[in-house]
Formats: sequence, structure tokens, C-alpha cells
Amino acid sequence: MSTAIYSIPFLLSGLAVTLTMALLVVVLSLLLGGTLGMAVTYGPRPLRWTVRLFSDVVRGIPILVLIFFVFYGLPATGINLPNFAAATVALVVYKTAQTVEYVRGAVQSIHDGQTEAAKSIGLTFEQRMAYVILPQAIRRFLPPWINGVADAVKGTALVSLLGVTDLMHAVQQVVGRTYDPMPLYVLGAAIYFTINYGLSSLSRHVEGRYAYIRD
Amino acid sequence: MPTSETEASNVMTLRPKGGPAPVVRIRELKKSYGSLEVLKGVNLDVNKGEVVTIIGPSGSGKTTLLRCVNLLERYDAGSVQVDGIEIGYFESEAGLRKPRSERQVSKLRAETAMVFQAFYLFPHLTAIENVMLGLRRVRGLSKQRAREDAEHWLVKVGLSDKLKSLPAELSGGQQQRVGIARAVAMGPKVLLLDEITSALDPELVGEVLDVVRSLAEEGMTMLMVTHEMTFAREASDRIVFMDEGKIGAEGNPDEVLVSTQNERLRSFLRRAGGGRA
Repeated sequence: MSTAIYSIPFLLSGLAVTLTMALLVVVLSLLLGGTLGMAVTYGPRPLRWTVRLFSDVVRGIPILVLIFFVFYGLPATGINLPNFAAATVALVVYKTAQTVEYVRGAVQSIHDGQTEAAKSIGLTFEQRMAYVILPQAIRRFLPPWINGVADAVKGTALVSLLGVTDLMHAVQQVVGRTYDPMPLYVLGAAIYFTINYGLSSLSRHVEGRYAYIRD
Repeated sequence: MPTSETEASNVMTLRPKGGPAPVVRIRELKKSYGSLEVLKGVNLDVNKGEVVTIIGPSGSGKTTLLRCVNLLERYDAGSVQVDGIEIGYFESEAGLRKPRSERQVSKLRAETAMVFQAFYLFPHLTAIENVMLGLRRVRGLSKQRAREDAEHWLVKVGLSDKLKSLPAELSGGQQQRVGIARAVAMGPKVLLLDEITSALDPELVGEVLDVVRSLAEEGMTMLMVTHEMTFAREASDRIVFMDEGKIGAEGNPDEVLVSTQNERLRSFLRRAGGGRA
């Protein structure tokens, strides 16, 4: 037990890496996924098909394969990323593909009548998005997306396989020195759980926050 | 910008000669979905202050006609003018007929605001916010002015105590009255009403028709599609019978609903069970 306490600063620096990566993944995939999600819903046909293909292919690949592909596969094409960057890129690509689907699903779930009513009083496309469609779509987008963020946090544990010293890797290194896996894995699991329980509570809270919109 | 028009045959108009130009002027309007031709050359005028009702069997093109006037559907051929402006197309410098851009169309749509069968209120906005949205973003009114205008119209449709209610908190009849307020607040040249009582419980129909009636009395120009034959007869200046994508008969309510000799119209009226009220 004392070794567990002794190792806490080391674990915390691993946690910082995990959180940094999760934050990068969340922000970048939200920006990219939001943009591509709108493209897949409202863009010209070739663009829609391209994004669709990207999203379907990426979501059909296990994250681990994607991570190894970026780190071990891409150097063959001259793209040589260090392990943290490679892991981040792979996770961003994966989360972007998911976010595209969340955005598309949320926007398309809004009845066409909403668009028509907004058109009929003279709102332009941008105005219809800003004042009618997106305010309604966001409540359908947020709960699954926040759960997706929890997935991203868990997904970062895989990057320990590239030797990134994230929380998971830090746990393994401490275990490697103490030969006492049980308390450390419990501690690691507890930290992941705390983060993700917070996220899923947030997701439920957001759902409740928008419950007043019934249609 | 008025386009040079090739005046199509003017057989349908009942407009007295020398009267003011019609608010809506439809000439040889055609619209197809793929190989299905829904409108096969429709001619119709709606004059200022007039209430024109379109009746006809389902699939006859009534709703499509209305949607073309609001440009929710693009028409393929012919002309729709609102207040002298061709709404779907413009003439390029080379004299070619080109579809208007989405941006131009958006602006024009407010002149023909529409009330829908299924209301389509914005569920995340209160009644007054539903009415204010177009006033602020399309008409560019200040928040204060928009609020005053919206309140004026909601009071007018009898909802002074529901300004801050969300659509889900309102009955169908109340929602539809908000829908009417939202459209009429835009100050459209013509108000389009698409079967606005069809989704309502029978006991709620009256309150909505009362609103339409009072708008008619105040001189609002209206073009509506309805199955309420009794109401159509009482409230309309003119009734148009659409049949297979064309206008089959047209005239004042008694001519169309009672004394018509048009066999297809008579058989429609028998099936609709209307016109005898």
C-alpha cells in the first residue's frame, strides 16, 4: 500500500498525459466532426459521399488497428509521427468519424417541417441553422457525444501500447517495479471510473436540461 | 425587378377590367416530380383583399400550387408573380430565364408567409419568440419593436395569456393560432393557408376559423386550401376547383359549390359531402 502512495506523483503525471490527450481529441474531433457532419447533411453530393465513405470505413476499424496503422504503418509513406502525436491523430480520426454520425443523426432527426416553417417566414439557410435547426439538434447531439467523450478517455489507455506514458502506462511501470499489481490496477480503474462517471452524469444532466423541448 | 412577361391566355380571371393589378398572378404554371406532372398549366389571380379557396380531390395539385407560391417547391415552367415580381426566376442580362438564388428566394418567401397543416411551431421557442423570430431576423426590427408587434398579433388571435408558453403547453387550436400570428406578423402580401384545420380535433376547428374570418374582414389577402366546405362557402370571395393539375372550375362560392354543372366537380362535392350547409 505504501508503494501505491509513493507512486502517486508518477501516476498523476500519467493522468495529466491521459487528460491532455483526451482534451485534444475531444476539441479537434468536435471541430472536424461538426464541420464534416454539416457537409454530409447539406453539402453537394460528391462531398457527402466522400465524408460518408470516410466515416463508415473508419468506424469499421478497431481503434487499436488505427493507432498501430498511424504509428507503424504511415512511416512507410514518409509520415513519421512520434508516439504521442501518432496516438492523438489516430484517436482524432476515430472520434471525428463518430462525431460526423452524431451530427448527421441529430440534424436529420429534426422534422422537415421545421425547415419549411423557417423558410416560409423568410429565414436564410444560416439563420435557419442558427435559430431553428441547431438549437433543437444540439439536445439530441450532446448526450451521445458526451458518452463518446467517455469512450475517448478510455480509448487513450490503448496508447500505452505505443509507449506513451499515460495513466495506464504509468500504472504498468509502477507494477513492474513493485510486483504488486492489485492495488495499482484498482487505483487506475478508480481514476478512469471517476472521470467517466462525471461525464455520464453530465450527459444525463444535459438530457434533463433540454427535456422541456417536446415535439 | 419586374420581368418582361409573355402574357398567357387570360381566360380565367374574374377581375373587373381596369382594376388594380392582382397580388398573386399565376400563369401557365407547371410542376413535375420526375415523370409525374402535378401542375399542368395553372392560371390564377388573387386580388388585393380577396380570399380565394382551392378545393379538389387529393392529388389534384392544390397543396403543390400553394407551395409553389411560397417557393417551398420550385416550379418548372410558367410564371408566379407576387406584387408584380416573378418569384422563382429572373431574367439575366442575356435575356435568359434563370432560377433565383436561395438568398433572393428567402427574402421573397416572407411576402407569401404560410400556415401549415401540422403547425410546425418552433418547439424550443415560446409563443411570442416564435412570432418574434422572423420580425427580428428577416424584417430587422429591434427586439423591443418585434416584441410589441408579436404581442399585438398574439392578442389578436386570442392568446394574450399564452405569450410565454411553449408550443408543447398549448392545445392544437392554440398552436395553430400562434402559427397564423407568426405568418401574418411578417406583413405578407398574401397569406397562404394549407389545410390549417385538418390536424385539429373537431372542437378546436372553430377557434382557428374565427381567426381566419376576422383576418378576412380586415382585408387580408388569402389563398387557402381547405376541406371545410361550409367555411369555404362562407368565407371565400372565390372558389377554385382543382382537378388533375388544372383548374376545373372557378367562380363565387355559390356558383362552384351549388349551381355548378361541371360533372367532375359535382361528383367531388358529393364525395366530400360539402357545399350543402
